[in-house]
Amino acid sequence: MTVVTADAYEAAFDAAVAADERIEPRDWMPEAYRASLVRQMAQHAHSEIIGMQPEANWITRAPSLRRKAILMAKVQDEAGHGLYLYSAAETLGTGRDELLDKLHTGRQKYSSIFNYPTLTWADVGAIGWLVDGAAITNQVPLCRCSYGPYARAMVRICKEESFHQRQGYELLLTLSRGTPEQHAMAQDAVDRWWWPSLMMFGPPDDASAHSAQSMAWKIKRHSNDELRQRFVDICVPQAQSLGLTLPDPDLRWNEERGHHDFGAIDWAEFQDVLKGNGPCNEQRINQRRRAHEEGAWVRDAAAAYADKHQAALHTESVEATA
Amino acid sequence: MSSSTEWPLWEVFVRSRRGLSHTHAGSLHAPDAEMALRNARDLYTRRGEGVSIWVVPSTAITASSPDEKDPFFEPAADKPYRHPTFYEIPEGVKHL
Repeated sequence: MTVVTADAYEAAFDAAVAADERIEPRDWMPEAYRASLVRQMAQHAHSEIIGMQPEANWITRAPSLRRKAILMAKVQDEAGHGLYLYSAAETLGTGRDELLDKLHTGRQKYSSIFNYPTLTWADVGAIGWLVDGAAITNQVPLCRCSYGPYARAMVRICKEESFHQRQGYELLLTLSRGTPEQHAMAQDAVDRWWWPSLMMFGPPDDASAHSAQSMAWKIKRHSNDELRQRFVDICVPQAQSLGLTLPDPDLRWNEERGHHDFGAIDWAEFQDVLKGNGPCNEQRINQRRRAHEEGAWVRDAAAAYADKHQAALHTESVEATA
Repeated sequence: MSSSTEWPLWEVFVRSRRGLSHTHAGSLHAPDAEMALRNARDLYTRRGEGVSIWVVPSTAITASSPDEKDPFFEPAADKPYRHPTFYEIPEGVKHL
């Protein structure tokens, strides 16, 4: 009898996915679907909070109060995005402590883009324009992801990302139209961030481990290469308006395809950064661990305070009934 | 290192403006109700998305089981006469 029931559950799940309905936390789902979602959502959440570091690096050195306020709001948003995604991941039965522990011990990953350093102020602009731009291209289709809590978190995040991208673009435009030194600084940042941004879409389709299954489950809606192409096509005219060039001699419009052709991506570099050999892997994870450990006393104090008040409430109610 | 257990989970409901009901925005961890409210403000209303927030311990929510979906809601399914469109009204009859 249990066999029949399990089949019925699986059929209901398949039918819901096929009909483009959303799967909700307490619905039956295949264990592999649950595991795949936890892996992707955890990696996404970790990326948001690790992503605070490269930009926070420039908060104290922002060139004006306006830019400083904007950057603080952006970094705060990244923290918020991490929290939306951790909450969504927790609906699948994985605790917050467990997720953070897996990040801290390297058992779950975050996007390798954040293992590159922010060398100049222009990097804040390049991250907003290119890194957040690539993230938006990836995330907009996730708003229709088959898992309800993930899709809802993405709707909220996408609304907020638009500000991130536009502030970065405006920052680069200001530098590009500034002194020759400022223009050169903007160009240098774009030169360094362009290729890592293209790697954010993940390995090519034929080498992507999880893509096919994720698309069958409608977690993913478009392939890595398709989204990467979309991003390149969007960026080319935006770079022209900035008065900056993209560092790819092979980049040109292909009339026949109706898309831009672009040069080969250095996947060896991608794999190397993924393995932990990027310029900042160690720094990022050490900083994250340190922040967690140094915040322990705050968490303990808040919990002790809550316990004390809970105990006092309990005593009062006992006295009132006595 | 901290040995403390995880803070409890709270569900957050936000009233986006007066005249509308609170709707579920998401969840968060906080040690107590007061901190949950403050965290909810920082997390879910950074852009003026709300004029009022409720926080409810997640453990206080009783939910219908998805397994019982069909039998539980079945009584409503066979009563189309509860809908105004069930009734046939002659052409031209107004205000009905």
